[in-house]
Amino acid sequence: MMRKRWMQRAGFALLAAAAGAVFLALGAILFFILRQGAPTISWEFLTAFPRRGMTEGGIFPVLVGTFYLMVGTVLVTAPLGVGAAIYLAEYARGGRWVRAIRAGVNNLAGVPSIVFGLFGLAFFVKLLGLGVSLLSGALTLGILVLPVVIRATEEALRAVPREFREGAHALGATRWQVTRTVVLPAALPGIITGAILAVGRAAGDTASILFTAAVFYTARLPRSPLDEVMALPYHLYVMATEHPAFWRTRHIQYGTATVLLTLVLAFYLTAAFWRAHARRRKRW
Amino acid sequence: MRRGRRAVEVAMRAVLGGCAAASLLALGLIALFLFREGAGILRYTSLMALLGGREWFPTSSPPSFGLLPMIAGSALVTGGALAIAVPLGIAAALFVAEVPPRGLRDPFKVGLEILAGIPSVVYGFFGVMVVAPWLMRALGLPTGLTAGAAAMILGVMALPTVASISEDAVTAVPASIREASLALGATRWQTLWRVVVPAARRGILAAVMLGLGRAVGETMAVVMISGNAPRFPPTFLGSVRTLTATLALEMGETVMGSPHYHALFAAGCVLFLITLTVNLVGELMRRGGR
Repeated sequence: MMRKRWMQRAGFALLAAAAGAVFLALGAILFFILRQGAPTISWEFLTAFPRRGMTEGGIFPVLVGTFYLMVGTVLVTAPLGVGAAIYLAEYARGGRWVRAIRAGVNNLAGVPSIVFGLFGLAFFVKLLGLGVSLLSGALTLGILVLPVVIRATEEALRAVPREFREGAHALGATRWQVTRTVVLPAALPGIITGAILAVGRAAGDTASILFTAAVFYTARLPRSPLDEVMALPYHLYVMATEHPAFWRTRHIQYGTATVLLTLVLAFYLTAAFWRAHARRRKRW
Repeated sequence: MRRGRRAVEVAMRAVLGGCAAASLLALGLIALFLFREGAGILRYTSLMALLGGREWFPTSSPPSFGLLPMIAGSALVTGGALAIAVPLGIAAALFVAEVPPRGLRDPFKVGLEILAGIPSVVYGFFGVMVVAPWLMRALGLPTGLTAGAAAMILGVMALPTVASISEDAVTAVPASIREASLALGATRWQTLWRVVVPAARRGILAAVMLGLGRAVGETMAVVMISGNAPRFPPTFLGSVRTLTATLALEMGETVMGSPHYHALFAAGCVLFLITLTVNLVGELMRRGGR
């Protein structure tokens, strides 16, 4: 009996240590990057162009490039993803076709982002002739994050009680009228959460824009969707590995990593708080 | 009026169905283009030489297109990552799901989401600045940019997938099973290991498969910290080159339609097939577990 109890104590302590290790890893990475990067962050760093072969100055065009990529990604992924989720949750009645779509979504989520990059290169950049551009990058990223939007939206739609729909149907509304006027408004917070998570994911993804959108340096801001862009994660990658004087630009690398991390964290935390808030305010 | 509503209804059903079909179409197009571009390499080398060849000199003359060092590199780094992520992830999931206070569950999930959300370049940068130098000093290596460093970082990156899906699996085990075990006089620890874990086994296996998929497809962090020299056989304390790193490093420099270009797409096909298989198995496990 004593031995059993001792075993249990030791066992639970080990499990607790593992859970602690997860938070420790998270804390270590955040603390290290943010502490080293904080001194670099200034108004000038955020609003100036790079200077002297990118060894000085700021990251303004990089921020603008990432902003455009995020906007482009949402424009591609939100209509497609929300539409797909509405179909799956409100219209489809099971069967082989729906199972195939679901399998497609799940497998799309498992495809590595570098493979999306290869596809984007072969399809958008070369075959459709869009070149290395904002548009190619946004289309590639839009497909990459599609499963995130579909899953979050479907979950939000399914959380809307059946009685809402039945009530509206009983008043003579068609399925689309029910969806548009009753279900979608009730599910909106969840849908927005999904969109936020998708954009957060897109903002940090590098491998998919490597050959489709991102370049090392542009002398001016992008003026059309067919221009190539600088982007935060790609900037960090080239500055840390391929820049000829990478050891002299560590402060810029830390600064870029800090901005990227802060941006992504802001998206994820917003989504988490929004979700918690919506759950608490729920009226049903 | 009535006919108008009817028309809208039919149109919306078609539009929404089209959106749903889009992800299936995207997956199909990805497969089509990868294999179409990848198949081109078979004009220059045989499938056996491609998958079993130990030499990767795609631009020498004569060139050789052996993917084996990269396949082995991906296997080594992924294996190392799983050795870290699987025990840690499952243990953390068990703790959060089974040990009170239950209030820990939500913060844990958010923490995992953030860990999963950290961009892979940031992991790579952390690896370059912290893990690699530490490994170099600790083990007296000429460089810390090794398979071991990459495996450590990848382990942390695969952790959220393993932990989160395991946690779902463990939480889904009905309370009645636990209560029955406790009522028979088993301790909580015995109940956990002999009742709850076996009951959640398929879900946990799914978590491992999906974690594997995440690790094998990870690119940027691996490019930055694994050293990138193709060696065969690869070791943890030496440099390795993975499939993903090869794509990231060489795709930008190839001429479209060249043998090198097709060879890289063939590497992409191998990667795609591995992740597809792993995900399908994972999904089957998860569905069977319900």
